[in-house]
Amino acid sequence: MTLNDWLCILLLPIILIILAFGLGEFMAKVFSGTRTFLTPVIAPVEQLLYRLFGVDEKEDMSWKTYALSLVIFNIVGIAALFILQAIQGMLPFNPQKFGAVRWDTAINTAISFGTNTNWQAYSGEQTMSYLTQMLGLSVQNFLSAAIGMAALVAVIRGFIRKTSAAIGNFWVDLTRSILYVLLPLVIILSLLLVSQGVVQTLSGSVTAQTLDGGRQIIAVGPVASQEAIKEIGTNGGGFFNANSAHPFENPTPFTNFLEILGLLLIPAALPFTFGAMLKNRRQGIAIFAAMLILYLGGLSIFAANEMHGNPLLEKAGVTSGLNMEGKEVRLGIVNSVLFAHSTTVTSCGAVNSMHDSMMPLGGLILMFNMAIGEVIFGGVGVGLIGMLCYAILTMFLAGLMIGRTPELMGKKLELFEMVMALVIILTPAILLLLLSGIAISTNTGLSSLGNSGPHGLSEIIYAFASTAGNNGSAFAGLNANTIFYNLTTSLAMLAGRFSTIIPALAIAGSLAGKKIVPASTATFPTNGLLFVIMLVSVIIVVGALTFFPVFTLGPFLEHLLLMTGKTF
Amino acid sequence: MKSKKINIWQSKFILPAVRDSVKKLHPLAMARNPVMFVVELVTVMTTLIVVSDIFTGRNFLFNLQISLWLWFTIIFANFAEALAEGQGRAQAESLKKNRSESTAKRLGPGGQSEVISALKLKKEDTIILEDGDTIPGDGDVIEGTALIDESAITGESAPVIRESGGDRSGVTGGTRVLSGKLKVRITANPGESFLDQMIQMVESAKRQKTPNEKALNVLLIALTIVFVVVVVTLKYFAGYMGVGVTVSVLIALLICLMPTTIGGLLPAIGIAGMDRLLRYNFIATSGRAVEASGDVDVVLMDKTGTITLGNRMATEFIPLHEENEKELIDAALLSSLADDTPEGRSIVVLAKEKLGMRGGDIRAPEGAVFIPFSAEARMSGIDWNGRKIRKGSLESIKEFVAAHGTPITDRVEKIVAGIATEGSTPLLVAENEKILGAIRLKDVLKEGISGRIAKLRQMGIKSIMITGDNPLTAATIAAEAGVDDFVAEAKPSTKLELIRRYQGMGHLVAMIGDGTNDAPALAQADVAVAMNAGTQAAREAANIVDLDSNPTKLLDIVEIGKQILITRGALTTFSVANDVAKYFAIVPAIFIAQYPQLKVLDIMNLTSQKSAVLAAVIFNAVIIPLLIPLALRGVRYRPSSATALLRRNLLIYGLGGLVLPFIGIKLIDMIISLLKMV
Amino acid sequence: MLQLKRSLLAFAGLSVICGLIYPLAVTVISQAVFLEQSNGSMIINGKQIMGSRLIGQQFTSPKYFHGRPSASDPPYDASNSGGSNLGPTSAKLLSQVQSRVSRIREENGLPADAAIPADLVLTSASGLDPHISPLSAALQVKRIAGERKMPESDVERLIHQNTEYPLLGMWGKEHVNVLQLNLALDNAFNGRR
Repeated sequence: MTLNDWLCILLLPIILIILAFGLGEFMAKVFSGTRTFLTPVIAPVEQLLYRLFGVDEKEDMSWKTYALSLVIFNIVGIAALFILQAIQGMLPFNPQKFGAVRWDTAINTAISFGTNTNWQAYSGEQTMSYLTQMLGLSVQNFLSAAIGMAALVAVIRGFIRKTSAAIGNFWVDLTRSILYVLLPLVIILSLLLVSQGVVQTLSGSVTAQTLDGGRQIIAVGPVASQEAIKEIGTNGGGFFNANSAHPFENPTPFTNFLEILGLLLIPAALPFTFGAMLKNRRQGIAIFAAMLILYLGGLSIFAANEMHGNPLLEKAGVTSGLNMEGKEVRLGIVNSVLFAHSTTVTSCGAVNSMHDSMMPLGGLILMFNMAIGEVIFGGVGVGLIGMLCYAILTMFLAGLMIGRTPELMGKKLELFEMVMALVIILTPAILLLLLSGIAISTNTGLSSLGNSGPHGLSEIIYAFASTAGNNGSAFAGLNANTIFYNLTTSLAMLAGRFSTIIPALAIAGSLAGKKIVPASTATFPTNGLLFVIMLVSVIIVVGALTFFPVFTLGPFLEHLLLMTGKTF
Repeated sequence: MKSKKINIWQSKFILPAVRDSVKKLHPLAMARNPVMFVVELVTVMTTLIVVSDIFTGRNFLFNLQISLWLWFTIIFANFAEALAEGQGRAQAESLKKNRSESTAKRLGPGGQSEVISALKLKKEDTIILEDGDTIPGDGDVIEGTALIDESAITGESAPVIRESGGDRSGVTGGTRVLSGKLKVRITANPGESFLDQMIQMVESAKRQKTPNEKALNVLLIALTIVFVVVVVTLKYFAGYMGVGVTVSVLIALLICLMPTTIGGLLPAIGIAGMDRLLRYNFIATSGRAVEASGDVDVVLMDKTGTITLGNRMATEFIPLHEENEKELIDAALLSSLADDTPEGRSIVVLAKEKLGMRGGDIRAPEGAVFIPFSAEARMSGIDWNGRKIRKGSLESIKEFVAAHGTPITDRVEKIVAGIATEGSTPLLVAENEKILGAIRLKDVLKEGISGRIAKLRQMGIKSIMITGDNPLTAATIAAEAGVDDFVAEAKPSTKLELIRRYQGMGHLVAMIGDGTNDAPALAQADVAVAMNAGTQAAREAANIVDLDSNPTKLLDIVEIGKQILITRGALTTFSVANDVAKYFAIVPAIFIAQYPQLKVLDIMNLTSQKSAVLAAVIFNAVIIPLLIPLALRGVRYRPSSATALLRRNLLIYGLGGLVLPFIGIKLIDMIISLLKMV
Repeated sequence: MLQLKRSLLAFAGLSVICGLIYPLAVTVISQAVFLEQSNGSMIINGKQIMGSRLIGQQFTSPKYFHGRPSASDPPYDASNSGGSNLGPTSAKLLSQVQSRVSRIREENGLPADAAIPADLVLTSASGLDPHISPLSAALQVKRIAGERKMPESDVERLIHQNTEYPLLGMWGKEHVNVLQLNLALDNAFNGRR
């Protein structure tokens, strides 16, 4: 790797830390209801919306009411998106005259965007009208991200409040997430993207007369506005099939950098928000540090491996065996690796290169990022929730080993918290294994494979890791637009989403009702180095123990076979 | 601290434990422990496979060995539990021994007494006890005073006094009346006494799981579910890759991955914790309280009896004028000769020492009239030969000399104030109209108390002294003992308010009490230790009873509580960390025939595939009996900062758990190939 | 059912803001401020749209620089983007690469053991990659100069003029826009004629 490559990799975390810290503090103010510099502009709109929704801003909800509101709201969104796809043919803003989306694809897409997954079984520019992209997909990009943030804010309140029966007001948290956080960020980002060449138009495709004497139909559309929220909300659903590899979504290395930064920004800022709201900023820093260690650790293995090239290609006459398959020249390998790693640690799932064509060990890192439950930064809101569940698990063991009944940040961890945290951590993992097992042992499942041998196994594992982790990226060689995969991945996405959010709110409710045990020399400080190390170890060990056999058989065996020159 | 440790490593404990561990294979008994229940289930499956192998004439030796080691795994786990139970039972038996044979004289409704078996005594029965009687059950003295020998329970040979009305009214079954006559109301039905409750906690089948144990069990069950899914799906993933895996190898992998080490030892750890409590002469009425004691971060202690010896002692005579020092000592001695209070006796001792009178029995002179201390006069003294000697507080002596027209001089006030500012209690001595001087009465700390309080602080526990004394006196003792805080001029209700306040701030509060006054506070405290000698009300409000009635033993409870938790955490970590090595043994073994490239994972370089699987299974089984001593003894707890403690335990049980099985499995593999077992 | 009513109202309200007001506002601003970029950075020759500066085109004629192979069908289908998704151990990928390598060696008169830059024989992620590496362009100089009867140095100068460099020297790799290079080639050729 050249010096430039290193600078490029190192500069990202530095800039990220600066921006994330600022945004984290800002969000802490927003969610505590403190005045910010945006308040004078936004507060009137906010009040207007509350009146429209019939919401009393001061109402404080129990966790059950909070969860019920959240779930109903999420389901309304999913249902609306399904209907929109079914009737898009009769609606305006449809210059390509696309008809209704096939039922299983429509269900899959509705669930996918409603759960912040943005798994795309369809090809965007061939299926969805502009109206569906804007009023359907784009809207869900906002809402699903805002729901994630609201859930996290409720969980944070669980830690802050003592002996309280309530965890906040869902409608207020939801509205504030959108108005104060998402909208300002996406407006800035979308205009920056347009300035670099990302398209933003309502006209239909353009026909070009090519130099070599052919005709080229160039799809365009309102891309930038969707591109911005796709990154900021860690959604990942591209306007085009090639996603952020498409030059109209990601035309230059600069837009590429902006997009990576955009998709990491809110998930990286939320630990700081947590610290600020907890009035224990070191706690926020400790959790961020754990995420950063995992991020950089995986990245270095991944980058080193991908840069090394493919010996099979070298033998075929390719210079250095450089693995440019599925990568864009303007971005190069380093930026593709950075993007792929960032998009899988967060639950974004946007891609600027084809993950299916990555080297086996790189693919393994990507799968690991998703399979541990999207907690290295993770999805907007839900990533930190997952991380806090790992913290609960960590402190359960740590607490015992210092001779106290376990506690986390002064809250006692008992049966209820344990059950819920384990549901959150293990449900996606179990589902991933079970659904992959079904897919790999049925003809229906196998007939969709784009590659065979161990790589075929990886394609299936990746699909369910991605959907159960609400990521949405794919080893796209797998043809997922079949009834079997549309339904099984839908199940994985629903479970991944709601087995996180509902138990998380239950934990929030239970914790809020508890006292806060004051720290003493006998309590283990959760904002120190030892905690960070232990948290990182627990995440790696849980992931390794659950996926050791399947990762051995898929990507690791493929790597070994590749080294011996075997192809499939 | 005396601890009656029972050595369990002798045949009279081991043989029944072996028998019990086989009896416990009954599925209903196993169902109490979900992890081991799953192990039993799949072990039965392997056994059936072996049987079918035999009947179909296939080579069954390998499967048979796997199956046998899986049965051993379960039996080893049961053995740990049975051994802990045996130890607990023996511990309890030694406390309970005298009880069953004894009889009781029950007072009938008409006032006549009848002799019945102690086992028939019910709550609220009233019994009569006389010299030499063995007390048939727990009760409260309602009439009389007696000297009781509690050595059967506490091991302390010095007899203690139990009397009605005060805070020393509780009697325990199994102890013996040395002299005196008591009327006792029985407070527990047969089988419900504290001891009986305790015995239930060392019987696995009757034991209630503690809250933390339940939470840990959930974790273990969750791990089990994950590993079942991992192993079941592995069959299909392997199938896609063209590798067939036999069911018995899959089961071997499952058992190795499941947290059998901690799952098998968990009940034993809990029971052994109760055993340790018993050994220290504590009776706990709930396992929850023992767990909570590890979390205690505030302790309320009475000054008197806990921090100081019950009474103040004379330490100095301060004459009003240098020249009449002897006169003062003389008068003080004379006035105290007949004073039987501890203060009085200490004055006599000090005076004799000052006057150089060694030994010799000095008696009050003939014809002297002793004026005992009364609440109204608030002074005591002696009238003899026209001399009226009085000793008492400033106010009372002021009144006494005022009757003779003598005012209190500045000098007197200065002396009194001087003593008081140093935290001691001044006692003025006057003869007729003349004030001779003052005696300094000082609280004397119990031996070793400051060391124990310092240790509490090391554990992160804040100690708070409660006393009825004035703030000045309280502050002095507090500083001397090293407590973190004190509350002076406390009223009986202060303790309850204090506990509530600390609990409101999120603290977990422990309190030691004995009096009826203490009952509400004990009921409020998270860990409430009652002295066995205390009143029935206090004992009922408490969740731990100290048979030795030694208030400083709270430290031991906290340590035992912490030990139980640490042992659980350490073995869980160890158990999970072990899995890594087992993966590296079994996964390459499954696939290496088809994919020799996977040899890179076989970092232990095991002899053969079968040997690798068998070695992992054997390691998994034998690690349980190897850890039984640790589970029964508990991981050692050393007071230190939480971070240091965690670092140490993580290194030993986390890192150790990671590395040890690599070595262990390799060794077992070598033995297997040496013995040609596969 | 209070929450259902609120859900419907909130969904409607927020949809209007996020799904209509936001994208339409961004469209209006973009069309006003970044007219060229927001419409696809089209290259227009008179009234004829020649293509987009950002979207690659298929070149087969030997007098043009050739871009990367495209996995879309037909190649460079700008209405259906996508990559091959072939894995690193795919036999299909390797046979494709082998045939591309020998074709390029043949077309450009390279020795049989010449290593070919990866971008020229491996498909891009979008199928629309408008760029190739400077090395891939340099390899075609001889052929183009021969076809167009231009001095090689002129062709090399054009490559140099159409090379884009990494942002701040850090992000991205040096790359040459094939469409623009070919347009420049045509212009230079027409100018000379």
